[in-house]
Amino acid sequence: MIEILEQPRQIFGGLRLAANKAQSLRTPLRSAPLPERLIVPLSQHIGEPAETLVQVGDKVLKGQPIARSLNYISAPVHAPTSGTVTDIGEYAVPHPSGLKATCVVIHADGADRSADTGLKMDDVFCADPADIRQRVREAGIVGLGGAGFPTAVKLNPGRPVELLVINAAECEPYISCDEALMCERTAEVIDGVRIMRHALQAQQVVIGVEDNMPRAVDCLRRGLEAAGERDIRLLAVPTVYPAGGEKQLIYALTGKEIPSQGLPADLGMVCHNVGTAAAVARALLQGEPLISRIVTITGAGVSQPCNLEVRIGTPIADVIASCGGYTEQAAHLLMGGPMMGIPLPNDRMPVIKTSNCLLAASVEEIPPPPAALPCIRCARCTEVCPAYLLPQQLFWYARSRDFDKVQDYNLFDCIECGCCARVCPSHIPLVQYYRFAKTEIWDLERQRTKADLARQRHEFRVERLEREKKALEERRAAAKKGLAARPKSGDAEAKKAEIAAALARVKGKKTQPATVSAMRGSADSEQGPGSDTGSDSR
Amino acid sequence: MLTAIIALGTLAAVFGLLLGYSAIRFRVEGDPIVERIDALLPQTQCGQCGFAGCRPYAEAIAGGEADINQCPPGGDAGIQALAELLGVEPKPLNAEHGEHTELRLAVIDEQTCIGCTLCIQACPVDAILGAAKQMHTVIASECTGCDLCVAPCPVDCIHMLAPGQVIATWKWPYPGSEQRLTAGDSA
Repeated sequence: MIEILEQPRQIFGGLRLAANKAQSLRTPLRSAPLPERLIVPLSQHIGEPAETLVQVGDKVLKGQPIARSLNYISAPVHAPTSGTVTDIGEYAVPHPSGLKATCVVIHADGADRSADTGLKMDDVFCADPADIRQRVREAGIVGLGGAGFPTAVKLNPGRPVELLVINAAECEPYISCDEALMCERTAEVIDGVRIMRHALQAQQVVIGVEDNMPRAVDCLRRGLEAAGERDIRLLAVPTVYPAGGEKQLIYALTGKEIPSQGLPADLGMVCHNVGTAAAVARALLQGEPLISRIVTITGAGVSQPCNLEVRIGTPIADVIASCGGYTEQAAHLLMGGPMMGIPLPNDRMPVIKTSNCLLAASVEEIPPPPAALPCIRCARCTEVCPAYLLPQQLFWYARSRDFDKVQDYNLFDCIECGCCARVCPSHIPLVQYYRFAKTEIWDLERQRTKADLARQRHEFRVERLEREKKALEERRAAAKKGLAARPKSGDAEAKKAEIAAALARVKGKKTQPATVSAMRGSADSEQGPGSDTGSDSR
Repeated sequence: MLTAIIALGTLAAVFGLLLGYSAIRFRVEGDPIVERIDALLPQTQCGQCGFAGCRPYAEAIAGGEADINQCPPGGDAGIQALAELLGVEPKPLNAEHGEHTELRLAVIDEQTCIGCTLCIQACPVDAILGAAKQMHTVIASECTGCDLCVAPCPVDCIHMLAPGQVIATWKWPYPGSEQRLTAGDSA
């Protein structure tokens, strides 16, 4: 039995950062205007990219699937509005690499006509959990907290779930999309949580929020009362960044620690983001797949910071424009918050399923990093690491490319929260080193898999050639035997007859009319080698 | 005296039987060091080392017939790993066998291909698909970049090209090697 603490704990390590959430919460949540052109990437989630179902020139309706998922860990993609597919090609997407990825471009017709998605369920609370999962999968719902892991997979942990944790902590500064959602769409959130509880057959549910969002707590409490829901606990955890990390939030709420490289499911728990819960409710109760999300647009670089409901695929420039555009202070553009966000080289990229925040920051908000100095082993990074790691050791081994050692120090438990780099007095870009090491290790693994395949194929080829050689030798031996077995007696007579017959054939050919032979000359020469090879093969 | 002889004789017999049994029961098939060397080789099967593939080279290293610095695709990292495994000093790559280059994959210009099947016969990992007088193509995921198909092609339609970067296999650069604002910096 997992016990939910009466008094949530404070997580280990972490930082107290200025929240900077108020500026984007001043205005109520509204919908961004429909853009003219939407760029919808096929891979907006963890796992295999989806496969297109449409062609250039096709007319699509809002909510119609435009790409399907062929693998278990993947998610389909839907048309965010009605319109015409004008291109399927490579476009820049928000990713730290700055590389392009396959996108479907839709020109909106402005009518915003919906397709019948068939996702709606009338009696969702009595439905078979497998049916709910299937529809969540078809709705293309992925974790909206930022990671983008397919939700249907996380609704099927393969073991009994005792506790469903709803992550509403939203710990990173500037980001307020979950708070806006909880305040303005309370009923949808609660419906989503109840559907998830039913799908997981979870015995207990707890919603974890940070204690610096009293309005959201208030709204949820009233919403739960209105719904007559007594079994969903609501707890406010102490505000420390990164209390919204999955393992950190579970510790704060239950006092339990997820083992290294383990999953909450190992302890009978599953954690879902609050926005994901709302998306599930929207899909199953209103039949709308994941075609929009709430995005916080904030920072000193934007005129009117706010929260907007944005269609997936809307170019970031259009979103910024509907917030009054940039101010003169705008220096950086990030997708995500100041701690974990990824810098974007331009604003032509689209909003995707995992875009929780667009931060147009000023130079004061994100000052340029001072030059890195040598590590002085002060261990301040160790004090703030919420994953109980030794960041200075990880740095040491990542820097020297000792990838075995860096894994011995549990590199893959690092959540890349950036606390260590923030406190580092030497301004070492620690997280960059960890990300470098992680992707290098993944690359080595891929190379190893490829080498194993090459070895297998080469061995098979050697074996096949050996087999073919042996078979050829056997055939030759058999042919030789056959030749030797031919009767040799009276061969002189037989040979003479054979030669005579051959001569007669040649003569017969030569005596044919000259014109015909001239006309057929080319044909004969073509036939010649053919008949030769025929006799050879015999 | 007799007791001592009997005791020692019995002991010798017991250990003899034990060792004899172990030799059969725990018999090691093949040479494990060859397997371990082979596991470190890149399996390009290019033959640049002077042997007919990675395994023969591994056997030659194990037998002391070849040096550890004859594998250009493995590069310095491969030599380092072999040196660690064998407990010898790493040495620079032997230039006689070629130089280390980034992985490049064979691409057949399908407009020019005449379907002669020579490249299919040359490919050490059966990564080229095609038939006589039919267009050939390379299965990119199985190509090891060994270059062996390039020389036999009578119409020079095979090119070795660096694979394009895709998001799925993209790697973060080594910090400092590229000016880039990241979370760590921005904080």
